[in-house]
Amino acid sequence: MPADATPNPTPTPEAGPTTGPTTGPTTGTTTGHAAAAAALAQVPSEPGAAKPDPIVIADNVKRSFGGLTAVDVEHVEIQRGVITALIGPNGAGKTTFFNLLTGFDQPDSGDWSFNGTSLRKKASHKVARLGMVRTFQLTKVLSKLTVLENMRLGATGQRGESFWAAPLKFLWGGQEDENTVRARELLARFKLDGKEKDFAGSLSGGQRKLLEMARALMVRPELVMLDEPMAGVNPALKQSLLGHVKSLREDGMTVLFVEHDMDMVRDISDWVIVMAQGKVIAEGTPDSIMADERVIDAYLGAHHDVDITEMEREIEQEHLEYGDPMGDSAHQPREEEK
Amino acid sequence: MDIISSALHDAFSPFALSFVLAAIGLNVHFGYTGLLNFGQAAFCAVGAYAMGVSVASFDLPLIVGIFFGLVASALLALVLGVPTLRLRADYLAIATIAAAEIARLVFSTSFKEYFNARDGVSGFTRGFRDINPLPDFNGQFLTFSRNDWWVMTVGWVLVALTCIFLWLLMRSPWGRVLRSIREDEEAVRSLGKNVYSYKMQALVLGGVIGAFGGFIGGLGLASVQPDSFNTDFTFIAFTMLILGGAARILGPVVGAVLFWGVLSGVGSTLARLSSGDNPIIPPDLMGSDQVSNVRFMLAGLALMLLMIYRPQGIFGDRKEIALDAR
Repeated sequence: MPADATPNPTPTPEAGPTTGPTTGPTTGTTTGHAAAAAALAQVPSEPGAAKPDPIVIADNVKRSFGGLTAVDVEHVEIQRGVITALIGPNGAGKTTFFNLLTGFDQPDSGDWSFNGTSLRKKASHKVARLGMVRTFQLTKVLSKLTVLENMRLGATGQRGESFWAAPLKFLWGGQEDENTVRARELLARFKLDGKEKDFAGSLSGGQRKLLEMARALMVRPELVMLDEPMAGVNPALKQSLLGHVKSLREDGMTVLFVEHDMDMVRDISDWVIVMAQGKVIAEGTPDSIMADERVIDAYLGAHHDVDITEMEREIEQEHLEYGDPMGDSAHQPREEEK
Repeated sequence: MDIISSALHDAFSPFALSFVLAAIGLNVHFGYTGLLNFGQAAFCAVGAYAMGVSVASFDLPLIVGIFFGLVASALLALVLGVPTLRLRADYLAIATIAAAEIARLVFSTSFKEYFNARDGVSGFTRGFRDINPLPDFNGQFLTFSRNDWWVMTVGWVLVALTCIFLWLLMRSPWGRVLRSIREDEEAVRSLGKNVYSYKMQALVLGGVIGAFGGFIGGLGLASVQPDSFNTDFTFIAFTMLILGGAARILGPVVGAVLFWGVLSGVGSTLARLSSGDNPIIPPDLMGSDQVSNVRFMLAGLALMLLMIYRPQGIFGDRKEIALDAR
C-alpha cells in the first residue's frame, strides 16, 4: 500500500512565493534558457554525447516486437534542468522509448538510470514516485472524476490511500486539504480554475492536455515527460502550452518531450535528440539539428528551414492537420514511413 | 393482499439478504474498481462451506467458523488475483467464472464426508440460534419464524454496517484511486499508484463481503448446498447491482430488494391469474405450472428495458453515463 509519506525533495513552484500568475505563459524565459544553453555549450553535437549533469542515462536499450526492432538506443543522456526534444518520423520508436523509460513497457535488454538509480525492471508506479512523470499521446484524464479530483489523485504519499487509514478521515483530512490548496494553485496557473467541479470528460481536447500536465505536476516531478503535448491543440492554446512548458524549466524541472511540431521544437527546446528506426541518429542544439544532413534526409525534408510567412501560417492552420512538422507538405512530401 | 405480503416477504428474507451482500461485494469489484468478477458465487460458497464444515464436522464454535470462512474467501481472492490482475480485465472474468464452477463441482462431488455432496452441509446453526435474544413466539410473526427474524436482524444490521464502512472508504483517497482504476489504469500508474495492489485489495474486500452473504444465506436456510451457488447466483447479483445502480452505496441494496420483491409479486400475480377453474390467462397461453419460468422471462424483458431507458440504474448519475458516449 502506498502509504510511504516521503515528500519529494524536488523544488516545486508551490514551495516558494512564485505561485500564482507570475508563472503564466508569457513569463520571460531568457534566464532559464541562457543557463541551459551555457550548460550545453560544450557538448558536442553527436549521437550519445555525454552531458555535464545528466538526469537520465540510458545504455543499450533494445525492444523488438516480433522481427521489428522498435528501439535500439546505444547510449543517450538527458541533461538536468533543460528542455530536451525527442523528434523523429512516425514509427521511429519515440513513444516506445518513452514507455520503456517509464516502466510502461519492458525492454529486451539494456539498462537506464534516473538520478543514479537504475530503473531496469522497476514498475511504472515506482518510476513515477521517484520523480519521473509522464503524460500520454492520447490524453488520459479520468473523465468520470471532477477536474479537482483528477488533480488530487496526482498527489503522492497520501495517507488516505492506505486501506486501513481510509475510513478514518481525521488521519488524512488535513493532508487532503493541503493537496486541495496546491491543486487549486496549479489549476489557476493552467487557467482551469473555473472548471474545478466539472467532470474531466466534459473538457475540450486542449483543456484535457492542460489538465494532464497540471496533474503530472501534483506528483512533484523532477523530470516531466510529455508525449506530443501539442497534438490536436488549437494555435491559441499552443502558445499558452509553450509558455507552460517553459515555466517548468523556470521552476527547476527537467522536460523531455516528443513532438512533431518543429516550430515548437525550435522555439522552446535547448537540446534535440533525433530518432529514426529505433536508433538515435543525431543530437544537438535546435539550430545544429536543423542543419544536419542526416536529419533532413530522415525527417525534416529539404525545405524545412524556409521561413513560413504569416499568411502561409494562416493557411497552414486552416488547411492542414496536426502532426505535420512544417505544414507545407502539399508541395513537399516528407519521407516518412506510414 | 397476499400478493403484496409475499412480495415483501421475499424482498427482505434471509435468502434475499445473501444476494444483497453478494451484490454489495460485486459493487466493490465491478461498480467501483471495474473488476469483472463473474464468480461471486464462489466467494459466497467458499465462505459458507468453510463456516459450515468447521462447525458441523469439527465442532468448532460458530465464530471460529466465520473466521475460517473469511480467511477462505480472502485466500480465494488472492489465488484468483495473483495471476490475473496484472493482465487485461477479461482474464479475471474468465478465471472467476471457471473458479465458481470448479468450487461448485468440488463441493457437490468431492470430500463427501465433509461436504455431503448435493445434500450439503447442515447442523451448524445451533450456536447462532442459541444466542437469539428475540422473545419466544409460536408459529410466525408477519410470515417469518423466530429464527428468520434473528437471521434478518443480524443480516440487515450487517448490511447497514457494510454500507457505512463502504461509504467511508469510497469518499476517501483510497476510493478515489479505485474509481480512477475503473477508468484508466495506466493514468493511475503514471501518477505513482500501485494499481495491482489496489485491485487486489478491492478483490479481497468484495470477496469477503460476498462471504458474509454466504454466511447469512447458510444460517437462514440452516444448510449450505452446492446448487445454490451456480452461475445464476452471480448473474442475479449482477442484475440487482445494475438495477440499483453500480458505484452507488445503496444501489445493490435497493436493487436486490426490488428484484426479489417484484419477481415474487409478478410470480404470485401470474399464479393467481392462471389458476382456478376459469383462469383469466388462457391455459393454452400459459399454465399455472409455467409461472416460475415466465416470471424470469419478464425479469429479462424488464432488464432490457432498463438498459435501454435507464442504463445508470435507479441511483446512477445520468451525466456519468453520458460521458461514455463522447
